[in-house]
Amino acid sequence: MAEKHINARGLQCPGPIVQIFKEAQACAVGDILCIEVTDQGFKKDIAAWCKKTKNELLSLEEEGGVIKAKIKKC
Amino acid sequence: MSENKKTIIVFSGDLDKALASFIIANGAAAMGNEVTMFFTFWGLNILRKPEKIRTKKSFLEAMFGWMMPRGAGKLGLSKMNFGGIGAIMMKSIMKQKQVNTIQELLESAQALGVKMIACTMSMDVMGFKEEELIDGLEFAGVATYLGEADEANVNLFI
Repeated sequence: MAEKHINARGLQCPGPIVQIFKEAQACAVGDILCIEVTDQGFKKDIAAWCKKTKNELLSLEEEGGVIKAKIKKC
Repeated sequence: MSENKKTIIVFSGDLDKALASFIIANGAAAMGNEVTMFFTFWGLNILRKPEKIRTKKSFLEAMFGWMMPRGAGKLGLSKMNFGGIGAIMMKSIMKQKQVNTIQELLESAQALGVKMIACTMSMDVMGFKEEELIDGLEFAGVATYLGEADEANVNLFI
């Protein structure tokens, strides 16, 4: 299973969501996507995105203004 | 009705409202939705090609074309526009904050497969010809929009 890192720092809404959607389309079921975002709305948005697109949010943490999310493609 | 379909009527040709429309369209597409945008009245200005295209027009149609913003890059704000200064200020601050431009959002929406329909009645009233509008559009009327809206669970009028 592959793990992919995405740097979406600096992107504003809806950039990070569009980015993760495109990456998720390109990867296989079971793959892990790690994304780093500075848009503060992303904390809530990623949960809504995962719920809607039926992917799994493995972890969500914030460090010095950077939000790091780990998502498993289902 | 499908939980995976959204439609937006883009009536306004104001920069701020157009930005909101395209942010929602991009977001909805990224959430896995099928998205249809129906452009009517002032909203058609967003779809105009920035360059002048020679077409056969009546005097009034030509006047309309001359008075309205030619393309997404020329739109003004709905509030605090001050003859275009407000729009320039807004674009400059949005650039500073790395917000996508309206043109970038439009391209992104097209790349994500957002369906864009131009209202043919409004085109006729304002004298816009198909070749004056950007590529990748569909041309239809209210019945097409309503047909799409019937299948969607969110329908916005902006």
